[in-house]
Amino acid sequence: MKPNLKVNIGRLKLKNPVLVASGTFGYAEEFSSFIDLKQLGAIVTKTITLRPRQGNLPPRTCETPAGMLNSIGLENPGLRSFLKDKLPRLAAYGVPLIVSISSERDPREFTELARALDKIRSVAAIELNISCPNLGKGTLISQDALATYGVVKEVRKSTKKTLITKLSPNVTSITDIASAAEEAGSDALALINTITGMSIDVASRKPKIAMASGGLSGPAIRPIAVRMVWEVYQKIKIPIIGMGGIIDTDSALEFILAGATAISVGTANFVNPQTTVEIIDGIEDYLKKNKINSLKDLTGSLRC
Amino acid sequence: MIYQTKARIQLNKEINTGYYLCVVKSNEIAKTALPGQFLNIRLTADGSPLLRRPFSIHKVNGRDLEVLYEVVGEGSRIFSQKKPGEYLDVIGPLGNGFSLPTTNDQPRLPLGTQGGQGPTTIIVAGGMGVAPLLYLAEKLAYSLGHMAYSKPLVLIGAKTKNQLLCGKEFKALGCQVKIATDDGSKGFKGRVTDLLKKILPQAISHKPLAIYSCGPRPMLKEICRISNQYDIPAQVSLEEHMACGFGACLGCAVNTIDGYKRVCKDGPVFEAANITWRE
Repeated sequence: MKPNLKVNIGRLKLKNPVLVASGTFGYAEEFSSFIDLKQLGAIVTKTITLRPRQGNLPPRTCETPAGMLNSIGLENPGLRSFLKDKLPRLAAYGVPLIVSISSERDPREFTELARALDKIRSVAAIELNISCPNLGKGTLISQDALATYGVVKEVRKSTKKTLITKLSPNVTSITDIASAAEEAGSDALALINTITGMSIDVASRKPKIAMASGGLSGPAIRPIAVRMVWEVYQKIKIPIIGMGGIIDTDSALEFILAGATAISVGTANFVNPQTTVEIIDGIEDYLKKNKINSLKDLTGSLRC
Repeated sequence: MIYQTKARIQLNKEINTGYYLCVVKSNEIAKTALPGQFLNIRLTADGSPLLRRPFSIHKVNGRDLEVLYEVVGEGSRIFSQKKPGEYLDVIGPLGNGFSLPTTNDQPRLPLGTQGGQGPTTIIVAGGMGVAPLLYLAEKLAYSLGHMAYSKPLVLIGAKTKNQLLCGKEFKALGCQVKIATDDGSKGFKGRVTDLLKKILPQAISHKPLAIYSCGPRPMLKEICRISNQYDIPAQVSLEEHMACGFGACLGCAVNTIDGYKRVCKDGPVFEAANITWRE
């Protein structure tokens, strides 16, 4: 019997739990040469802001042990151009579309973006990126439980769409922030965003990326991400989309066992653009082998 | 069309101290690859190093793709140890390559340029920058044959004699080749851009259609300046660290007069005049 891979994120019904992490999948078209996009559980867009952003000074990325640093700076064409130039094609793939949004200066921009997206049928859900480390700000919204509560609460009032809040790992207590987002009405949580890091070229004595520090991603951060998913899973009731260094079926299953309802592939999309579809097949095989009928039975089934 | 494919290594050998030539077989990539495009090659399965490494397409030979590379870091060191018969996970052909002059460009030429009196195009290679230019020279030498112009003039620069690459291969295409070395151990003593400046006043009477170049950033900046001065359009191939290589991550940004562009997708070849050069 074919195992059931279906999962629910809020009111959003997904045919399988494999998503892509915002910022690692462009606007999907870049991947159409490599995979059948229809196979994905959902597509999460590169974060959009109200106004266009040109992004940060290059160099923007560098490789680190089992990972990479990036400081792209949310380069994006802005809401209007996204709706006009990107959305029609994204909508045509026939896969639930999750639009990632961020504010630049004023958290009220989140509300404005959510209100604009609320009217659009092809948008299945909204992800609140309150955790981008590359905006040159001292404190992120997701580093403050009260600020997180405030933003999620306001956005909640402006849209009926499924709301996913993306959390930063650069915090003292991830569970405090997760609880704040849940109480404010978020339908799900996405964790983790990148971990801030830095790498130095000793020959030139300069940082390897222009903004000095950036977000660390890739397998290097996976144990931290799995631990955070596990902690949050025990504390909250809403679904978790787990991510951070997933590169294959086993690493995806780690997150599901730790309590993630769905998972996102991020940096691995750059290394092997077929990672997502390989994981979908791999999870199905794992369920078959272990005689588990439904993926839901596996979520949080860590033995400890 | 971009392919992700397992390509068999046919050959991987050191052709000069620290410089390697690798030949891989990929019918689909070889069929469509254009000069200036590149391959993004995964060299490890264990994630160390994690990211693919971009390499220019040096030459296309039937179903075979040639990659010329220098061992400079961990990725290229691992590459140099691969053996024939092994398979590489290759993505390609990627990026926008060089634009070749077309027959429409003909009227731009002043009289007297036909029949091989002056170079129609000039290729300027600095160090490892020679890698994408051989395939370009081949296309220029043959596809423009019907125009009855002369073949490209090729200027090759390197720090020293031992690091000069591909002189023979360019000559075999019928190109005139001139050499510059920083230490004067062979050919013109000085930078290849200085050699270009020396040659251009003579070549300008039959104005070349284009300068094509690849090499270190400061050299390409100088190429841009020279191309402005002589009003000859220049196309340059840029190098940048990349995460994906196919336009998704926005990591390999370069500043242009139209804002940031992706070296991997909008380039790696750009009109030199469109780049906002720094340093």
